[in-house]
Amino acid sequence: MNWELIFGQIKWNSFVFSGAIENPSLSEFIASGAGFIAVLGALAAVILLTVKGWWVPLWRDWLTSVDHKKVGIMYIAIALVMFARAVIEAALIRAQQLSAYDGGGFLSADHFGQLFSTHGTIMIFFVAMPFITGLMNYVMPLQIGARDVSFPLLNAISLMLTMAGAILIMVSLVVGQFSTGGWSAYPPFTGIEFSPGEGVDYWIWAVSLGSIGSTLTGLNFAVTIYKKRCPGMTLFRMPLFCWTTLCTSILMIFAMAPLTAATIMLALDRYAGFHFFTNGDGGNMMNYANLFWLFGHPEVYILILPAFGVWSEVVATFASKRIYGYTSLVYATMCIAVLSFAVWLHHFFTMGQSANVNAVFGIATMVIGVPTGVKVYDWLLTMVGGRIRFTTPMLFHINFLLTFILGGMTGVLLANPGVDFQVHNTLFLVAHFHNMIIPGVLFGMFAAVQFWFPKVFGFRLHEGLGRASFWCFAPGFLLAFFPLYWLGMMGATRRTYMWSDPSYLPWLALAMAGAALILAGFALMVAQIVVSVRRREQLAAPLGDPWDGRALEWSIPSPPPEWNFAVLPQVTARDPFYEAKKAGIAYRSPAAYEDIEVPRNTATAPLIGLFACAWAFALVWHIWWLVVVSFVLMWVVVIVRSFQTDTEETVPAATVKAANEAFLAAARAAPGVARDREMTSENRGRALPEGLEGRSGPVSSRAPVEVLP
Amino acid sequence: MTLRGIVGLLAAAVPGTASAGSFLEPAGPIASAQFSHFGVISALMLIVIVPMFVALPIVLYRYRRGGKGTYRPDWEFNWGLEVVIWGIPVALALALGMALWKHTLEYDPYRALGPEPLVVEVVALDWKFLFLYPEQGVATINLLALPEDRPVTLRLTSGTVMQSFIIPRLAGQIYAMAGMQTQLNLLASETGDFIGRNTQYNGLGFATQSFTTRVMSPDAFAGWAEATKAQPAALDAAGFAKLLSPSVVSEPVLYGRFTPGLFGQVMARFAPAMVQGHGQAGMAAPPAPHQGHHHMPEAGR
Repeated sequence: MNWELIFGQIKWNSFVFSGAIENPSLSEFIASGAGFIAVLGALAAVILLTVKGWWVPLWRDWLTSVDHKKVGIMYIAIALVMFARAVIEAALIRAQQLSAYDGGGFLSADHFGQLFSTHGTIMIFFVAMPFITGLMNYVMPLQIGARDVSFPLLNAISLMLTMAGAILIMVSLVVGQFSTGGWSAYPPFTGIEFSPGEGVDYWIWAVSLGSIGSTLTGLNFAVTIYKKRCPGMTLFRMPLFCWTTLCTSILMIFAMAPLTAATIMLALDRYAGFHFFTNGDGGNMMNYANLFWLFGHPEVYILILPAFGVWSEVVATFASKRIYGYTSLVYATMCIAVLSFAVWLHHFFTMGQSANVNAVFGIATMVIGVPTGVKVYDWLLTMVGGRIRFTTPMLFHINFLLTFILGGMTGVLLANPGVDFQVHNTLFLVAHFHNMIIPGVLFGMFAAVQFWFPKVFGFRLHEGLGRASFWCFAPGFLLAFFPLYWLGMMGATRRTYMWSDPSYLPWLALAMAGAALILAGFALMVAQIVVSVRRREQLAAPLGDPWDGRALEWSIPSPPPEWNFAVLPQVTARDPFYEAKKAGIAYRSPAAYEDIEVPRNTATAPLIGLFACAWAFALVWHIWWLVVVSFVLMWVVVIVRSFQTDTEETVPAATVKAANEAFLAAARAAPGVARDREMTSENRGRALPEGLEGRSGPVSSRAPVEVLP
Repeated sequence: MTLRGIVGLLAAAVPGTASAGSFLEPAGPIASAQFSHFGVISALMLIVIVPMFVALPIVLYRYRRGGKGTYRPDWEFNWGLEVVIWGIPVALALALGMALWKHTLEYDPYRALGPEPLVVEVVALDWKFLFLYPEQGVATINLLALPEDRPVTLRLTSGTVMQSFIIPRLAGQIYAMAGMQTQLNLLASETGDFIGRNTQYNGLGFATQSFTTRVMSPDAFAGWAEATKAQPAALDAAGFAKLLSPSVVSEPVLYGRFTPGLFGQVMARFAPAMVQGHGQAGMAAPPAPHQGHHHMPEAGR
């Protein structure tokens, strides 16, 4: 019996638990423990679904759904699950480095290598990317007044490909090892000669699945913004979040391709003996560095731009004011998007190219700092003349302004080849990109969760716990990463599992304390969600506008109906919902209702995701029969789907009318809530607009309402 | 007070500044220039950072809900402010860009720091560095002996994966890559032992891949070279092949002589065509206007 034909290269000792048996050590026990938690987690999920009888609803209402809102929620769920893993890995990395003076510590060098590789890969590709993608999915169509994205099925396929990649990385906890090549996987180290085994293959296929998903997302969202805006929603009337979504989508289209190319070429090197990036035989790893960062730099802006959009929405809403310098912000965003393709070389100033080349890319990097600086000051000026409420999202925003600008300073430092020569590959660099990504992207996403949660689920999140988590996250970040700047300047190299300079110790201890605070912040955030779900009656805000919002998404019920807008809105200005409230014409009944076509649920996307996951797993382990079978099945699903013509169903006008009129009547009847009461249970989602207390709110509910037949 | 002075004060108060491997304590003109450039850029950046730290608390206080600031919900633009928030960053980027350009060209790692530099050939290996001294005819592992105040040209290649070579107190990083040659010019103006290391992850022994840079007076260096020549061990191609297997070397190894042209042979293992004089084809970097900026082996030119 040739087992290899069936199981490929999987052997009994490929399973993580065998390591703890063969070679008992704390490092192996931690690896086994992590694998155990992954298995237990999966088992617990299966048991929960079975006991509660949720399998059918899960399949019928979620996995097969092509509704952009549900797709968005599932993206964010993936991000949060993966975040839990990657943040624990971060704490382990910090604990190892703290305890690793002169070869101490509890992790083996190899285990540490896997930890920083999975931490980086997960945080970028399976936390940050799904988080922003999920948010854009949910919010952007609502803000442009659309009923869905342009290609709903493609959207679900993107989700399932990303999920397949995430599952593959989770499987690597249990079966086999992960790469030790870091999240950027530089060859020749990641070539077959220096990294035999399945680790790098896990990285290649997980990242490839994610990057193909993101390419499709970029195409989908760009087309959606170009084609699906509601009447009157000109580009320059779009909320800034939509602008940043557009820029991010464009970046995704052009930037993910080099990554996919690079991972496929690396795969060909490893599987088929090609020599794209090998030592010798004409291979050259410098090509990989260029391809990877041709993706990698725009990627930074793919992540940060949606967060910039969130900040723009948050600051305008919680300062109750128009955004300052809208046009300026739009042009700044576009400048950033274009320039982001002109700076990739600053990731390898140290590769030995001429000083002229380095100088050009260094200066380009400084130029990209200009629009970013403008944006920061635009947000500051937005607050001028406002009435600022210090809600949780706003606290995150204030923290963002102060810390992001410091990260900008270290970024400009790193843009100088002369400085980069010294601090490249040190903890200074690690501190810099965490300084941009944590207060910028991650906290931006947390602020977005606080901000849009009541829209998505119909009840607010517990504000006290939200603030408590902020007060752990913000100082936790400072403690965890500012010491790393100093360590980097002292010459501490990144990715070392041990060190021998005693003067590092106090700084590593501070960083560990910061990591503990960040973990506490995450625990409080989870507690906040749990408590809020329990108290959802008290926190309910079904009338849709808990924060005195400004864009269209606040004009519809929370959670929104499947069709989003009963009648597509007519827009005549920026901040359309705010203007409607100001003019006293919000919550008017539309003249007429029409039937609405919505896409039917379909098993296409989850099946493609399932087969993609099996295909990738088979490739990792060289299970060739499964590679062929799953690849064929994937395309069979596509072909079968292409013969289906009955892919939409109709929601009758009467259904839409009944639901919408009930909502409008409830909204009109509800007393408006002033901003100083917005965190009380009085806030059911009907806002008394700030500054219009005298003539709006109750006024508009008494005012003649135009009810047309 | 000079920047050095300020950092000196900090050093007294803050643990860790006086670590053996940091450009905060430069021991040569290159690291010194990198350090002061770091200070100049940081100081210039304060122009955009300080206003935020000053203005944000004031704005938050004044325009908090219930604060004294006038509520102007529809205010959204002012040309004067617009000119300031675009103008200042543009002017700053110009200043920073000029400083960057000047510094980058002046301290190009490929620019020799004087006539007759001491040439040392560096081969990055797993997880150690081999140093070849063509002039002295000696070789070492994990010990870079240098004379004080004499320009040094390091020529780097790799016998394995890509590595990044740095001696923080003397000069910053440059990659060492197989089949290619990079250069790093430096000068040590102090004697002493300085840490150098690889900063690019290359496997299990990465954390300990460091070496001692021992800067001596010119006489002491000449004496060291003589003493090393007297070492019985010699490094030839076969000996080099043994070094290719990954290992951590905790004590420096000294070789009294080595096969001439070994450095070229190391590169030729990966790019034979180039070393045999057909270097114009293949993967040559585009000809740079700057002298000596080729990734190809010298022999290829």
